[in-house]
Amino acid sequence: MNTNMVVSPTVTIKENTRKDHTLVKSILFLLPAWILLLVFFVGPILLTFYFAFTNLALTGTEAKNVQFIGFQNFLSMFEDPDFRISVVKTIVFLLFSAVIGQQILGFILAVLMKEKNKTFRRIIGIIVLAGWVTPEIVVAFCWVAFLSDNGTLNLLLQHIGLKPVTWLYTFPMVSVVVANIWHGTAFSMLVFQAALDDVPKSVEEAAMMDGASRFQVMFRIVLPMVKGSIVTNMVLVTLQTLGVFTLIFSMTGGGPGTSTQTLPIFMYNQAFVNYQLGYGTAISLILLVIGIGASLIYIRSMKVNL
Amino acid sequence: MNRYKTEKLIPYIILTVLGIMFLLPLLWVLFASFDPNAQQALKMPSSFTVNNFTSILTDPANLRSFGIGLFISLGQAVLVVVVAVMAAYPLSRYALKFKKPFMYTILFMTALPITAVMVPVYQLFIYINMQDSLIGTILFLTASGLPYAIWMMKNFMDSVPLELEESAWIDGASVWAGLRKVVAPLMIPGICTVAIFTFSGSWGNFFVPYILIQTPDKFPASVTIFQFFGNFGMIEYGKLAAFSLIYTMPSVILYMFSQRFMSQGFSLGGASKG
Repeated sequence: MNTNMVVSPTVTIKENTRKDHTLVKSILFLLPAWILLLVFFVGPILLTFYFAFTNLALTGTEAKNVQFIGFQNFLSMFEDPDFRISVVKTIVFLLFSAVIGQQILGFILAVLMKEKNKTFRRIIGIIVLAGWVTPEIVVAFCWVAFLSDNGTLNLLLQHIGLKPVTWLYTFPMVSVVVANIWHGTAFSMLVFQAALDDVPKSVEEAAMMDGASRFQVMFRIVLPMVKGSIVTNMVLVTLQTLGVFTLIFSMTGGGPGTSTQTLPIFMYNQAFVNYQLGYGTAISLILLVIGIGASLIYIRSMKVNL
Repeated sequence: MNRYKTEKLIPYIILTVLGIMFLLPLLWVLFASFDPNAQQALKMPSSFTVNNFTSILTDPANLRSFGIGLFISLGQAVLVVVVAVMAAYPLSRYALKFKKPFMYTILFMTALPITAVMVPVYQLFIYINMQDSLIGTILFLTASGLPYAIWMMKNFMDSVPLELEESAWIDGASVWAGLRKVVAPLMIPGICTVAIFTFSGSWGNFFVPYILIQTPDKFPASVTIFQFFGNFGMIEYGKLAAFSLIYTMPSVILYMFSQRFMSQGFSLGGASKG
């Protein structure tokens, strides 16, 4: 700054020591957080990048002599038909449960609930939120029971004269997708409710007065106004869904066969069932890179003021 | 007129159908837990019993798993709150050169899926001799909860007026005392929100303890309930439902509490006047 030139030297020294003071204090205050984040957050991320290029194993000789093997893990990964299946399964799971399911259902719920009877709104809200608050593992039990051969859904089907279906065996992917939609939709609903509340009523009314239909108002006015929330929500929900392990693991275990083996399940199986930690970490790295990419989009979409 | 009425009715019908579809899977847990001979399908219990609950709650192994879950989640929540409040202080109060990149990194970290690093974390825990350690699990969970907590705490702290703190300094309080005695008490709603979200997050977390803890005696409730499901889930539906319900309760109650803090809003504007 220009004013610095006219400031007397003693003041500058004073200011400098004060600055040093705040810097020392800041570092002291931030130190516990830094240490924890460095050891248990940044550390594992760096280790992912390292182990992914080693032959690390849980047992056997490789467990003791870890060797750098370059891109070997990735080469065998791209040749592994199971890996290709997992990628496809992950995309299907992401697309139907996060992008289409939770987003659209959450948006429909938020739109329909707008300006409805207050008690009614509350009751529906609580029911949807109940699925969200329920821990993932209990969500899995609820759905395993609901979809089981003698479960509630088959009971209802029989009531209307249809044959029962072995949902978890015949349609395993549909089962986990629906369960995850049930668990996650409330989040999107809350985001969209907040976004829709910010759309001024006068704008909608003005368009209606000019003769716009309900659908025109929705697609030409409301949707463009909440576009930011949709993008942010899409990225967040994708990131959450990318990491889903417990729900699939306890509902189908990735099966039958490989039919619900998404990348997190594949990673777990390679690392802890087949004891190939290096290979498992290489799969982690793929997940991590996708996660990093999506997180960067998320930060950009947030447009935060710091 | 009639057409207008039906048009208004349609959203109610759609919402009611959706509501029932959301409710059905949950109702089973509720009914089955009070049913002396629960089956897989939803049905009204012919007689009510609390035996399912008492048999779960009188089993010392289950009680211990609840205790361990509580220990992990509470330990993590306390650590997260203390460390995050400390970290938020300079980020909120001082002009720091590294503030902007640091806050961006924090925001970035909040979005990363923890699942992706669990394999290397397992290996890290073997290296630093922390595998099968509850304390180690708490520390890892603390670190994974910190980015979100720091982000929230910084924003909460930004709305605590500086004047109150300055008057405490004039009365001779140190920065540390000012933070503890003036700023933190004014942030109670924010602190509770972060604590509740952190607690619920790890209470419901199955993957992290499942990977990091091997001894069955050290399993928290989330892992025990998974094992119960594997061992008896196909026979004792009533007990499984009761176990699930007890296990879900803390998350539900805490969520309702957090709503109270949030609906109260952040009425700190009055503090600077008073």
